[in-house]
Amino acid sequence: MRTDELIAGLSLDLKPVRRGVLEGLLGAGLVAGVVVAAGVMTMWLGVRPDLPAAMRGSAFWTKAAYTVALTAVGFLLVERAGRPGSRLLPTALLALLALAIIWSIGALQMMHAPAAQKRSLFFGASYTVCPRNILMLSLPILVGVALALRRMAPTRPMLAGAAAGLLAGAAGASVYGLHCPETSAMFVAFWYSLGILLTGAVGAIGGKVLLRW
Amino acid sequence: MLASLDGDARAYRRLLDALGIALRLYYRRRLGSADAADAEDLVQDTLIAMHARRATYDPGQPLTAWVYAIARYKLIDHYRRNRLRRTVPLEDAGAIFAEDESAAALARLDLGRMLETLPEDTRGLIRATKVEGRSNAEAGGAAGLTETAAKVRVHRGLKALADRFAKGGGHADR
Repeated sequence: MRTDELIAGLSLDLKPVRRGVLEGLLGAGLVAGVVVAAGVMTMWLGVRPDLPAAMRGSAFWTKAAYTVALTAVGFLLVERAGRPGSRLLPTALLALLALAIIWSIGALQMMHAPAAQKRSLFFGASYTVCPRNILMLSLPILVGVALALRRMAPTRPMLAGAAAGLLAGAAGASVYGLHCPETSAMFVAFWYSLGILLTGAVGAIGGKVLLRW
Repeated sequence: MLASLDGDARAYRRLLDALGIALRLYYRRRLGSADAADAEDLVQDTLIAMHARRATYDPGQPLTAWVYAIARYKLIDHYRRNRLRRTVPLEDAGAIFAEDESAAALARLDLGRMLETLPEDTRGLIRATKVEGRSNAEAGGAAGLTETAAKVRVHRGLKALADRFAKGGGHADR
């Protein structure tokens, strides 16, 4: 086919594009994934029984602020990764900022704690299962996000996959926060972040293969 | 581009014409004049991709950044596909060939070394029947034996080899 014929054909096929259509697509994938993850969490792990009491304390909200902030950054990152020619680095630095803040809070808590408690502030009671549970809860979200990303145009598939993994991991960690009774900021800073990073790695590997177009 | 996103077909047509020219220059410069047909395919491929994914253009960003990011992606895609199609079969064939040669040579060497452990007449019979493919009668006749005697000797020789091989004796000097 000749190129000018192709151009004529394409311009006949033009339908207006609604503003914000990508954000809507990504949001839908994210919400669908979170709903599935929340369902899995209540059936598999169960919501923590002291949730109303915990919601009056600051530890719960520190944890939630961290994971929800990372979810927001992840959303921006995935949207940019799906738009050719966008810069990812400034947004990625926001994720590092969130990480730095939670580490600082955790470090402060550790410094003021008696020596005998430092170990439990770091390891809590569930460090052996925490990253794995976050990864498991994040997988359905990763599927939803990846499906949305496939309709975009990720020119760097591996990077886009990693961003999708970060978003899914952070959202999955937010869901997990409704189950997990850990209160130490250091625990969140290390083990939650590890679970999110694991999901990011899964996303990067999957993205390399599945996000080509 | 902004008018195109709102559905203005005439503006879109002008835009695609301009992009077609820019992309043709871009690909020709990178592929060289010998691949003009490939360059034209890439131009069309990229135009279709841009059309299908025009929603990914962010009105707040420069259009050229978006266009060239897609063009670069398609170019890399093109390189990868062509490398797979053109050079890998050749490289593979070369590798397989070399390996086959060395394996066969090793096998010949092993065979020769193994046969040397047998008595002279048995060795000759085995070489004649199993390596050169002659019949027991022919090989036996040449060595002054009956067909049955030749057969028995070959069988015993092979059995001795098999026993030695099973014990790893054939490889002891490697």
